[in-house]
Amino acid sequence: MSKARMSPLRTSFVHLALAGYTVIALFPVLLTILNSFKDKNSIFRTPLAPPTAKSFSLIGYETVLKQGDFIGYFQNSLIVTVVSIFFVLLFGAMAAFALAEYRFRGNTLMGLYLAIGIMIPIRLGTVAILQGMVAAGLVNTLTALILVYTAQGLPLAIFILSEFMRTVSDDLKNAGRIDGLSEYAIFFRLVLPLVRPAMATVAVFTMIPIWNDLWFPLILAPGEATKTVTLGSQIFIGQFVTNWNAVLSALSLAIFPVLILYVIFSRQLIRGITAGAVK
Amino acid sequence: MGSLQLKSIRKAFGTHEVLKGIDLDVKDGEFVIFVGPSGCGKSTLLRVIAGLEDASSGSVRIDDQEVINTPPAKRGIAMVFQSYALYPHLTVKDNMGLGLKQMGAPKAEIDAKVGKASAMLSLEPYLARRPAELSGGQRQRVAIGRAIVREPKLFLFDEPLSNLDAALRVHTRLEIARLHRSLKATMIYVTHDQVEAMTLADKIVVLNSGVIEQVGSPMELYNRPANTFVAGFIGSPQMNLIEAERLGDGEAKTIGIRPEHISLSRESGDWKGKVIHVEHLGADTLVYLETEMTGLLTVRLFGEHRYDVDEIVYATPDRASLHRFGADGRALR
Repeated sequence: MSKARMSPLRTSFVHLALAGYTVIALFPVLLTILNSFKDKNSIFRTPLAPPTAKSFSLIGYETVLKQGDFIGYFQNSLIVTVVSIFFVLLFGAMAAFALAEYRFRGNTLMGLYLAIGIMIPIRLGTVAILQGMVAAGLVNTLTALILVYTAQGLPLAIFILSEFMRTVSDDLKNAGRIDGLSEYAIFFRLVLPLVRPAMATVAVFTMIPIWNDLWFPLILAPGEATKTVTLGSQIFIGQFVTNWNAVLSALSLAIFPVLILYVIFSRQLIRGITAGAVK
Repeated sequence: MGSLQLKSIRKAFGTHEVLKGIDLDVKDGEFVIFVGPSGCGKSTLLRVIAGLEDASSGSVRIDDQEVINTPPAKRGIAMVFQSYALYPHLTVKDNMGLGLKQMGAPKAEIDAKVGKASAMLSLEPYLARRPAELSGGQRQRVAIGRAIVREPKLFLFDEPLSNLDAALRVHTRLEIARLHRSLKATMIYVTHDQVEAMTLADKIVVLNSGVIEQVGSPMELYNRPANTFVAGFIGSPQMNLIEAERLGDGEAKTIGIRPEHISLSRESGDWKGKVIHVEHLGADTLVYLETEMTGLLTVRLFGEHRYDVDEIVYATPDRASLHRFGADGRALR
């Protein structure tokens, strides 16, 4: 960006817009975390105030840790999210490689078919999925959730990754073939490292909806042993009474694992090792 | 070791035929260059030889072994690409050694061969670096080194100098010529630059829209072009191609005369014309004339000459260096 073209006025407008967006995006998160440290009265009387010595309370966290197996819920959420991301990236990248690299009959049709999944929400098939899981005996298992989330994440992953894989130099892949690398070695050792930023993007896009999902855990795995964090938090929300301390504390705790995963992936987004591979 | 025979190679992408029956014999130790305009099929032909593209029909024999169904790694070839195609995550040393490692060669042997190749190309100081830390010329040397390490029967070069700047291109060209002499290996080289073709090749193969126009040594192509395409393609500046009718030759369709085979005089000569433009190159002077007899004519004079635009001059061709082509474009001899 040249200095000559960016007037100070313009720059400040851009910064204003970005700052505004940041505030809007972070405000609910901040409010959740602040209020999770307050007693019930202060949450309702002064929802926007930070916790003071008088209103400070850890009652929410105590409730969360005492009631139910919250550590277990976290574990379930983490397992489901991480395993699903792994499978989405693995199968998504492999399908994308096939679509981008090989000429075969029906290549375009196959690509379109796989992309249609982006437009049709998987929840439309909930009843059929439930019937299928019941028939397969997978209800109340984490496997059921992992299977559904993998299917849900694949279309977007294939769409994004195949575009990126088309940009990987043919010469590089051919050099690998001449050096005797198998197609699998070319995929894992040459192509995957070069599309790492795209993989990280896909991972982030896949991760957030899985972590936050309430629908499928509620339907496919509502058992105590397989509850996820979002489902586990629901016990504090009743029809008539809601334990806001506990809900806010549970949500605050739920932010951190996903934040850590995000930080890991976003580092990959920035790091580029592709420079100098080809001109 | 290192001969190549191509028999009626055809290659079509869909309905578009890129190679229309290529026959070629390459002897052991020859430096053969495929040259032609963009889209003539020269790169596709190289890829068919390498096994990176399947030919639609035809046979490829390396050392009298049919290899049409052999994967690239087992054909005993090595290839240098225009875009270098180095593995970005490996060091120079590992880049050069990967092929041998895949073949299961012992580590000591790999080290010895990489050491020898890097000494030949003076790459020793860079062995621990990654491709991103090298300049363009160094990267291309690594790519050439990677080919040498494999000790192939056939070296394949796909426009290896196109990404380098002019000075580096000349330098690397010399290096490749030197390598060919010291390795005595068979090399096949694709380029669209006829200077590279003329300077490096033992044998030039001129391709045009999927067919071979002529095969011969650089001087054969220069002195005895088989048709108007080769006549126009080989030699810089281009040969003057004149309609034979205008010169009163009833038998031929086109008369060709190279710019360096025309002399210029202010007093008298065969073709009277007006100077349109003059280019001074130091060693040469190029004079562009518009003559009544021949139309636009390029004349190449050696040394420095002063001619002014719009000046009237007379051009005289060297009769012995005229090329005559028939109605089908073929040379009349």
